[in-house]
Amino acid sequence: VLVSVICSPPQNYPLYIRSVPTENELKFHYTVHTSLDVVDEKISAMGKALVDQRELYLGLLYPTEDYKVYGYVTNSKVKFVMVVDSSNTALRDNEIRSMFRKLHNSYTDIMCNPFYNPGDCIHSRAFDNMVNSMMMQVC
Amino acid sequence: ITEVCGAKRVGYFGPAQFYIALKLIAAAQSGFPVRIESIKNELPLPRFMALKNDSEVRYGTPAELHGVKFQVPHATLEKNSYKRTDEGDKQEPKSPPMSPICSPPASPSTYQRIPLSYGYGKSRSGLEQQHGAPYEVRHSTHQQDAPSSGNYGAKPAHCSTLNRSLSAEREQQDSSAHYSDDPWRITEEQRDYYINQFRSLQPDLNSFISGSMAKNFFTKSKLPIPELSHIWELSDVDCDGALTLPEFCAAFHLVVARKNGYQLPETLPETLLPEYLQAGNVPAAGAEPYSESLPGGQQTRDFSRTEKATAEEAPDNSALLQDAKKDDKQALKVSTALKTIPKEFQHLTVKTAAQESNALKARPRSRSYSSTSIEDAMKKGEEPPTPPPRPQKSHSRASSLDLNRVFQQNTQAVRSGWLPPPPPALPPRPPVSQTEQVSEVELHPQMNRPPSQAEENSSAKKEIVLAQPPSKPARRKLRTEAQGLETPELSPTINVTSSLPAVKPHLPVQKQSSKQKRAIQTAIRKNKEANAVLARLNSELQQQLKEVHKERIALETQLEQLRPVTVL
Repeated sequence: VLVSVICSPPQNYPLYIRSVPTENELKFHYTVHTSLDVVDEKISAMGKALVDQRELYLGLLYPTEDYKVYGYVTNSKVKFVMVVDSSNTALRDNEIRSMFRKLHNSYTDIMCNPFYNPGDCIHSRAFDNMVNSMMMQVC
Repeated sequence: ITEVCGAKRVGYFGPAQFYIALKLIAAAQSGFPVRIESIKNELPLPRFMALKNDSEVRYGTPAELHGVKFQVPHATLEKNSYKRTDEGDKQEPKSPPMSPICSPPASPSTYQRIPLSYGYGKSRSGLEQQHGAPYEVRHSTHQQDAPSSGNYGAKPAHCSTLNRSLSAEREQQDSSAHYSDDPWRITEEQRDYYINQFRSLQPDLNSFISGSMAKNFFTKSKLPIPELSHIWELSDVDCDGALTLPEFCAAFHLVVARKNGYQLPETLPETLLPEYLQAGNVPAAGAEPYSESLPGGQQTRDFSRTEKATAEEAPDNSALLQDAKKDDKQALKVSTALKTIPKEFQHLTVKTAAQESNALKARPRSRSYSSTSIEDAMKKGEEPPTPPPRPQKSHSRASSLDLNRVFQQNTQAVRSGWLPPPPPALPPRPPVSQTEQVSEVELHPQMNRPPSQAEENSSAKKEIVLAQPPSKPARRKLRTEAQGLETPELSPTINVTSSLPAVKPHLPVQKQSSKQKRAIQTAIRKNKEANAVLARLNSELQQQLKEVHKERIALETQLEQLRPVTVL
């Protein structure tokens, strides 16, 4: 199970949400939303020297379901959140980082498109393909 | 045939009648009797003879004309585009009356229905792919010419202009045998048209069109924004927020296709890749009757024609800033061969297969015109998929005997700015560069080359610099940011100073005759040029830095002023 979300400041509304393969989307939306607070907290704590990749809630476990939430923030305060199933222990930190990097690259490609207005929801087919392929790799 | 297809009855050639007529022509040419049932057979495409004389064509057999037209359903689309241009209408992808124009004798009434076709018919007559040149011609004349049968007079005027393109197309026609039904190929005429449109937006063919300019331009096509967004994604392979000439042609072609009713592909077709388009599209174009690629490119002409691009200098600054982040990605994607090993690795992981193939193709291409250096090759040997890259495109910095030193220089220069898009004029270089690789002596030609291409593109230079083997990602980031900021400024300067390289021919000769001393002198010259370029870049960057500082100060003062308010 994998969910990825991109949220942009300042209102932190999601620009893009995609989850695989799942039914409980609403729950993941909720999880992502709550995790945004933690992300913000970490941002303010960092001060300058904003690190690209930060892990968030490695230890977020529920009795019934385990999943981990990872966060990533760009220099322009765009937040990427990823929720993965803890049962998927094969996922290592490096892989998560590389996935975030891919997301970031694709996001910048979208930004380059003059027809995309920052703040719009992301409807790019290329981006969708990239996210899908990435998720397929994991699952 | 006219009677059988129903045109006589209806009084004009609608699309249905036209198609049937063409099918019947094919049937007749294949020896089948002309009957409705014949069209059910599997028929080859009708063949049209190349007509030398436009007027002949015009008044030639309607069958021929129809055949020509039929070649492409797109032809109708084209006509539609004409119509549009003439009348300023945007969308009429399948407007029916195409045929008439071509055959004045066939149906004057129909001719009137197709106002724009008049020019079209002429060009058509005899050429399958005339659309390119005729369109351009028509542009000038369409606006004034009233779409009416009175256009006959105008036609002869067009003939001469069309003849030019027509002759090119005739050859293509002759080879109608190897017509590929590929709507994604760009024919010569279309290509010429696109190039002219590019020129209207950006006089320098080696430079690129910024995102905002392109956005305005393509928005005039009245396609919905999501589709335009998708087209942009497809065509901007190096994702730099700007369109080079091949990228622009691809984008334009996609817009045309979309307007003619074709669904946009998910990935960029091979024939629209920048490398493909740059590397000599002529054979491909020749092979295809314009029909396929015609899909309405001309439709866009309408708006493109009228628009006069006023360069909007601030390309997408945001996009450019993003470049810093994407730089890694771009490096691979950029067709100009910047190949930094780290970049490649990253890109390989990030990119899709298509992109990777593009990048791979691009890389060899760009390398071709970079100076050969064995050291470079060795440095870049790490890059698994690509052969050792040439550090520079033939000009200025590129060749010097001491490649390492040059590379050092270049990497410094690169930091100052890096313009991703490759200069379009690629074909001449590859053969030369490849030979150069063979020996050090070959470097000499490159050294000689640079002077001629000294100012060609600062971007090109930058690319070369980027290609420096041990590229440091960190530096690249700096570079990309700087480059992003600087791109807008550099682009104009580059455009101004760029000159198309014309080098190839003399290189082999020089290779043989160059001596060490000459090589050193050329190297010195190149380095001086490189220094000059770098100095210029530096000054530009300093300027930008000052401006940014000013902005920052202004923003900070604003912030200060606002803060007390919120506190209260």
